[in-house]
Amino acid sequence: MNPEPVKSISGLRRYAMIYAALWRNSVVREMGFKSNFLLWIVVELMWFTLQLCFIGVIYLHTDHIATWTKWQVVLLVGASQFIQQLFQAIFLSNCIQFSELVRTGRLDFMLLLPMNTRFLVSLRVVDLGGFVNGASALVVMGYAGHQLHLSPSAAQILGFFLLCVASILIHYSLIFLLTSVAFWTVRAQGIIWGYYSLFNVARLPDAAFQGFFKAFFTFAIPMLLVANVPAKLLLNTLQSPGSMLLLAGMGGMCFVLSELFWRFSLRRYTSASA
Amino acid sequence: MRKYWHVLKIGIENTMVYRVNFLLRAGFGLIPLLATIYLWQTVYRGQSSSIAGYSLGGMISYYLLVTIVDTLTAVNEDDWQIAADIKDGNISQFLLKPIDYLTYRLCLFLSGKIIFTVVSLVPVGIFIFCLRQYMVAPAGGWALVCFLLSTLLAALLQFFMSYTMALLAFWLLEVSTVIFMAFAFEYLAGGHVFPLNILPPALEAVLNCTPFPYLLFFPVSIYLGQVQGAALWRGLGIQAAWLLFFYLLARMVWHRGIRKYSAVGG
Repeated sequence: MNPEPVKSISGLRRYAMIYAALWRNSVVREMGFKSNFLLWIVVELMWFTLQLCFIGVIYLHTDHIATWTKWQVVLLVGASQFIQQLFQAIFLSNCIQFSELVRTGRLDFMLLLPMNTRFLVSLRVVDLGGFVNGASALVVMGYAGHQLHLSPSAAQILGFFLLCVASILIHYSLIFLLTSVAFWTVRAQGIIWGYYSLFNVARLPDAAFQGFFKAFFTFAIPMLLVANVPAKLLLNTLQSPGSMLLLAGMGGMCFVLSELFWRFSLRRYTSASA
Repeated sequence: MRKYWHVLKIGIENTMVYRVNFLLRAGFGLIPLLATIYLWQTVYRGQSSSIAGYSLGGMISYYLLVTIVDTLTAVNEDDWQIAADIKDGNISQFLLKPIDYLTYRLCLFLSGKIIFTVVSLVPVGIFIFCLRQYMVAPAGGWALVCFLLSTLLAALLQFFMSYTMALLAFWLLEVSTVIFMAFAFEYLAGGHVFPLNILPPALEAVLNCTPFPYLLFFPVSIYLGQVQGAALWRGLGIQAAWLLFFYLLARMVWHRGIRKYSAVGG
């Protein structure tokens, strides 16, 4: 008799129930400020439009950037927005609030709760507007695909969403790594906003870059993989499955790295409050 | 006047605390800038001719100048702090003391700008040095003087616009959405994302009727020698007029706001 599998399934169910409760809390909280909720969606839509305007203006003066045509880049910007918005919806506000949890000592209570602390710290709050904005990004991608006469197979669409999961995992792991710096200095927020500026790199076509810049943002901080690889799968422009494996491998590696650093930081942690 | 001198000094001391944050902000901001420059390089490689009158060097210089003007003029935290002062009731003390809140905030803005500029000097300086082969010289000594004057006006315009916007906190519970929306619009219409004169002329003409190009695009185009002679003087006049307009608007909105203000928890 081995009770382990049974235990882990009931454990998984317990975490699913906890997460459902966190979701309910977030919905209630958002609905308390309905107009604010809607206004934030408008803000995000404006920034998304701004990125599309940039692409539109460049293509007023050229018909290709390296190998990429206009609607291919629009699809890429859409994919990047989709990934970024889902990441924001699920993880971002939690990571931003983390240094506050350390500073105020609220983290100590969380450490005492009978569950995985990283789970709670990472998933406490859900930012529902991100799902609405993610959906609008999918609409833009659909329109771009229509302009390109794409008809992706079911396998391609499934592959796209799986690659998006790997990309979100990369964003989350890297930002969580930066978040853990809060254990040493409370002013980690500057670094987190710095990471935010890297999203501007993620939405550009990889073929526009070469040399050190490209290598660094592919193998060290894989910004040129996270949106490009999923988009290229839909565009039928992936030369080999190698880059998909690379993206998935990077996702796993970043996650393991962030977990190791988190455990190391936690061992050193001696609480902020008296 | 001496009391505002003290405010300036205190402001400098306070913002020194954030110097690491400023350094990170200035440093990280260079990554998307570098990406944009590479992107344009690739576009130019696809076609030998210039784009809307910009050579590759001109285009790269445009973005470098945008970075310089932005460093010198952009508001950092001022609008959030003003909104927070109103919401938390901190402005009550200014109503009782012989200190003008607008002048007080202007001093803090200037001190913040001084520190931010000094801190940014290192990363931005290195960055521009590495790209010096592309950086074009100012269109002339006179253009450089007008560029600096226009940048100063742009900084003040930026401050008065942000100040007025933050005063909406008298009426609204949450001003951050409004600030972000205005920021998005300013980003596009000010010329952060691309030079406005590569747009279709009709669209550029519409944008020129708004104050946004005078926050950034106008000083940069003086440096590049795109506006000269009568157009230059007219542009500087319009910029000064917008500055006066937003100064008066800021005063007016403050007076309206104070009447509405009830010092909750003050």
